[in-house]
Amino acid sequence: MSELKVKTMADCLANGETPEILFWVGCAGSFDDRAKKITKAIVKILNKVEMSFAVLGTEESCTGDPAKRAGHEFLFQMQAMNNITVMNGYGVQKIVTGCPHCFNTLKNEYPALGGNYEVIHHTQLIQQLINQGKLKVEGGNFKGKKITFHDPCYLGRANNEYEAPREVIAKLDAELVEMKRSKANGYCCGAGGAQMFKEAEHGDKEVNIERSEEALALEPAIIAAGCPFCNTMMTDGVKHFEKEESVKVYDVAELIAQAADL
Amino acid sequence: MQFGITNVIFLVLLGVTGFVAFKKYASLIRNIRLGKDLNRNDRLGDRLNVLLRVALGQSKMVVRPVAGIFHIFVYVGFIIINAELLEIIVDGVFGTHRAFSFLGPVYTILINSFEILAVLVILGCLVFLARRNVVKLKRLNMKELVGWPRNDANIILITEVCLMSAFLIMNSADWYLSTQVSKFPVVVKEFGLEHYAHSGVSENAFLLSPWISGWMPGINYIVYIERFCWWFHIIGICGFIMYLPYSKHLHILFSFPNVFYSNLEPKGKFNNLESITNEVKAVFDPSFTPPADAVPGKFGAKDVSDLTWKQLLDSYTCTECGRCTSVCPANTTGKLLSPRKIMMATRDRLEEVGRGLDTQGPDFKDEKSLLHDYITPEELWACTSCNGCTEACPVNIDPLSIIIDLRRYLVMEESAPPSELATVFANMENNGAPWQFSPADRLNWANEN
Repeated sequence: MSELKVKTMADCLANGETPEILFWVGCAGSFDDRAKKITKAIVKILNKVEMSFAVLGTEESCTGDPAKRAGHEFLFQMQAMNNITVMNGYGVQKIVTGCPHCFNTLKNEYPALGGNYEVIHHTQLIQQLINQGKLKVEGGNFKGKKITFHDPCYLGRANNEYEAPREVIAKLDAELVEMKRSKANGYCCGAGGAQMFKEAEHGDKEVNIERSEEALALEPAIIAAGCPFCNTMMTDGVKHFEKEESVKVYDVAELIAQAADL
Repeated sequence: MQFGITNVIFLVLLGVTGFVAFKKYASLIRNIRLGKDLNRNDRLGDRLNVLLRVALGQSKMVVRPVAGIFHIFVYVGFIIINAELLEIIVDGVFGTHRAFSFLGPVYTILINSFEILAVLVILGCLVFLARRNVVKLKRLNMKELVGWPRNDANIILITEVCLMSAFLIMNSADWYLSTQVSKFPVVVKEFGLEHYAHSGVSENAFLLSPWISGWMPGINYIVYIERFCWWFHIIGICGFIMYLPYSKHLHILFSFPNVFYSNLEPKGKFNNLESITNEVKAVFDPSFTPPADAVPGKFGAKDVSDLTWKQLLDSYTCTECGRCTSVCPANTTGKLLSPRKIMMATRDRLEEVGRGLDTQGPDFKDEKSLLHDYITPEELWACTSCNGCTEACPVNIDPLSIIIDLRRYLVMEESAPPSELATVFANMENNGAPWQFSPADRLNWANEN
């Protein structure tokens, strides 16, 4: 595996460089072992196309999404103001992130607090890179395989982005199969609204089990996700049905990094 | 034209209807205005667009085709048939008969479309009754609908079937009289039916009337059938108008403003509480002074008066169709949350507060609140904030915004988040991450294999 080339905004400032884009890694992408693989896949893609980017590293802090959605507006705004102060200090213009929750918060909720950036999700960036011919992808391992895409609520319904991840998956020459509940009609993985961090309320079933069952009914080789939280929830669901040998859960970035042999 | 006692009775009926309806609608509007200010008068073009698509165009209804198509029958029928209602009122007030029949061929087209739509409305209502009571569709038979909501639905559907039937029979009887009276000069004279002969209505002009009137008894009875149905129909309509503001069927009026004032922002964008922004700014910049007009209120919502007028309008607009609940990941996995119930609870509480204000005056206060008495924390904490409910709602109601406002009160005023979330909040404050990891380790991934 080739070495990852990652610079921080602080490094760039010290060297007098201005990176084209800030890669917002997010808490899951920084700390969660599974999500770190997604982070690395995104970096490999950025390295491959030689995009000038930087991360905030230790200066990054949670966007405040879970606090906001759990109702702790004060904590959210404290986090947001902190992050905005840091980013404005570096003159950040454009952000890419692998987490739809960070994406939504940075894009929609930061502007009113003084943080105005162009924010894109990594699947949108990958789509652009492919369309611009900067990134070449061939089906490889995934050619002809059945892939279903699970829409993250905060990319899809919350921000109306349904096509970018699908277009990217289409480049893999795979067979994209849709679950009955997809796109605007998609079904939550169960992690949003700060549910990731608490026990689910009492019910008959876990949300991720319901969703994984729906995905597995299609007998896919791969369940593709575009969110580290969805990834965890779907992975747990696949394990619940003891299908982890035959069905893999991958982020769209991981599929591309594998197909492009990065 | 004959003006007599019947016209006086008619005018009294209209007057009573107007008075009763006016009083109730005034109280509904007063209740909605108990909500907090929210500016939704921006982006007029976008608002008209969403009104055209979602309210007039029913674009979100047809997502579910069976309900969508039959709903369009009932909806178009309701709108078009109201044109004939106008004629009934003119006739009732001035003692005319078929005042608009001078329109000739246009009138023929109008009446024919009324006849067809009346049949389609009856069909639609029968299908809806069957879905509720025979097929027992899950979302139309959930626990929050037991009692009044279920009766309300059936009452209105059965009423519509009766009204439309009366309307069709009235038209048929009238067609018979208008085209056949000339053949019965003796009866016409005896019963004073001369005014039933309209200009411009030919024997073959109508599609259904000849067929239906074929089942009716002789001419001396038909006039009673016609009059009975005429009165039945107009009294029914007046009753309907008075009943409407007490019913979930209020959506036939409120959907339009409700959709016009939709949230046009991306669904994921939650509002930033301004009172908190002022405090946070003061933390970051001690020299910051909040604007003079800033009102320090409570954080989040405990009761209906802490919600915005739009959230309250949402609650009155809710038709309890349950499309929100049927897509809710919490509800469909057996958890307590039902977005529909959130809306119903908001409206029930608002009505309760309204009644209190009516009986005890503007200083009315009681011991109850929307949060806890009507909606429990368990329901609120089951929400994944996925926006499935807002996407599914055919009239752009936003139950999620109420859920979040109530959560805000629970967390910031009552300090009562679930214990795991309290830990998450502490981690975020101390480490800048929901998990207990050191911020110094944030970039470790870059050097790990």
